[in-house]
Amino acid sequence: MAASGPGASSSRIVRWIDYRLPFVKFINHELYEYPTPRNLTYWWNFGSLAGIMLVIMIVTGIVLAMHYTPQSDLAFDSVERLMRDVNYGWLLRYLHMNGASMFFIVVYIHIFRGLYYGSYKYPRELLWMLGVVILLLMMATAFMGYVLPWGQMSYWGATVITNLFSAIPVVGNKIVTLLWGGYTVGNPTLNRFFSLHYLLPFVIVAVVGLHLIALHTHGSNNPLGIDHKGPGDTIPFHPYYTIKDMFGLGVFLLVYAGLVFYAPNLLGDPQNYIPANPLQTPPDIVPEWYFLPFYAILRSVPNKLFGVILLFSSIGVLFILPWLDTSPVRSARFRPVYKWVFWLLVIAVVALGWVGAHPPEGVYVTVGRIATIYYFLHFLVLFPLIGKLERPRPLPLSIGAAVLGRGGAAAAAESD
Amino acid sequence: MTTARLTLLAAAAALACGFAGPARAQEPEAVTPAHQQWSFDGVFGTYDRAALQRGFQVYKEVCAACHPVKHLAFRDLAEIGYSEDQVKGIAAQYQVTDGPNDKGEMYQRPGRPSDPIPGPFPNDQAARAAENGALPPDLSLITKAREHGPDYVYGILTGFKEAPAGFKMMPNMYYNEIFPGHQIKMPPPLTADGQVKYSDGTNPTIAQMAHDVVTFLSWAAEPTLEERHRMGFKVMLFLVIAVVVLYAAKRRVWSALH
Repeated sequence: MAASGPGASSSRIVRWIDYRLPFVKFINHELYEYPTPRNLTYWWNFGSLAGIMLVIMIVTGIVLAMHYTPQSDLAFDSVERLMRDVNYGWLLRYLHMNGASMFFIVVYIHIFRGLYYGSYKYPRELLWMLGVVILLLMMATAFMGYVLPWGQMSYWGATVITNLFSAIPVVGNKIVTLLWGGYTVGNPTLNRFFSLHYLLPFVIVAVVGLHLIALHTHGSNNPLGIDHKGPGDTIPFHPYYTIKDMFGLGVFLLVYAGLVFYAPNLLGDPQNYIPANPLQTPPDIVPEWYFLPFYAILRSVPNKLFGVILLFSSIGVLFILPWLDTSPVRSARFRPVYKWVFWLLVIAVVALGWVGAHPPEGVYVTVGRIATIYYFLHFLVLFPLIGKLERPRPLPLSIGAAVLGRGGAAAAAESD
Repeated sequence: MTTARLTLLAAAAALACGFAGPARAQEPEAVTPAHQQWSFDGVFGTYDRAALQRGFQVYKEVCAACHPVKHLAFRDLAEIGYSEDQVKGIAAQYQVTDGPNDKGEMYQRPGRPSDPIPGPFPNDQAARAAENGALPPDLSLITKAREHGPDYVYGILTGFKEAPAGFKMMPNMYYNEIFPGHQIKMPPPLTADGQVKYSDGTNPTIAQMAHDVVTFLSWAAEPTLEERHRMGFKVMLFLVIAVVVLYAAKRRVWSALH
């Protein structure tokens, strides 16, 4: 520990190692010398929370895999055996199951924070795009993980979602056959989903690594959205943000533990406690809550191919967002119009989630369509337009000046 | 398509790929069952041991005629308050198939605590053959496999009524106010007060028997609930203290900046 403080390391062993493999130097650099804006709010906690969730999911997942049998006749019973006969098996499974939900909550907040404060803009375009890649990988991983318990919703969810690919012209059915490993969702599907569900999290780890390299190249954005210019604007990551992240983690774990210990099946579907039955369709096939907005977009058009295109486009627009937003100002704090329009997107996404949970009938269809149209309008029309028409408020001179209450624009910036 | 149910989408998609799943006959209306008081509700909820044993008796004497509890073994009964000898005694009342023996033959022997509790039928086909084509579902997860779990199962058990005038019943079906669509193939299992003779002096009304057996089935579905509640309390307490300490530490560290 002596060597982990600022300055040169005192231990000869550490110096010997560092000369050959600059590991301690690297940690030192990233934790102590890495300049972090001094004004990050609690909205900036969600990046590290996502990283911690990834670790929790991988650790619990590896242990679960030791007790799980990826065979369609045995999978359901192997999960039940884990729940009943393996020491703390129920804890591992509920942590993993609810961990998926917590992971998505954290990542969605992380994304909306980026949207509000313009964290996707120059020079952080690649950082943002890598984040979207992580989201896509998470969605694939979560979907395949949900199939593994081989309950009714696992089976029918897999059937519906894999069938989406059959909408692709010419090669669609071939792709579906390849995904299934046969002509219906069955044992080969379960086998390959298990294999990929184990693989993809490590791909996520690799992309998170790139995400962090990109992050540390230009540093964190901040609520003011202005670059840090001098030592007065930044503080070392440790101890200031390590302790702030730790406190945030504690609050987060209270919510997570509350769910795991007192309502572990709240976010799940009861149908998934019925073993998969290819001959019996459940009354409603509903994906997990974190997919509901995308599911609503998929169902908002009466054409399957067009629905699938919209579904993928809803993620696709995020990739090109850095070039859709024409505003020179990052933070919504200084964008009097976008500041309000941002919340319309939040409302649209929540509305889509609500619509996705219900059968596509009556009012759900209408609301789903309006929200879908708004979603794309927001990215493709409002982002370019508002950036051009809006008159941003004056930016503070520096982060330090704004935080310490010096400088004319700074007071205004803090008051909102 | 806009008004089509998602199930139709699934069925259509399945059909397109040469797999024909049977379409659902009709959309049954959902009835929300009334909420009952359960000993296992709430943060400190535990299973009432006496109710569990009475419930097991109801299961054994009534439900077990048609419904298995696949995920339970005799040894699990030790958790609801039976002694080791009592568990052995209960297991020995059952005949289980074992083998093959040295001659390569399967044979029958009395049950042991380590055996899964045998169901009433050797397989699903035998169950359907005996039950007019209906498959009595496994009960060991039933309270987790239905919306409103315990309240729903209690509602079904106590929800048998005369069909209202004008309600068209299909043959061999029974009217139930909670079951989706109101027509259920299961005949009323609890028909009269005193159907099961309790040894602890509890009055076996239909409501009491239903409440007891649902308590038993809730335990069967989630036997680790008590351990979960206990550990959860300790974890939450630890986290609350940790959060307070961390907040104080955060304030202290950051005070240097302000």
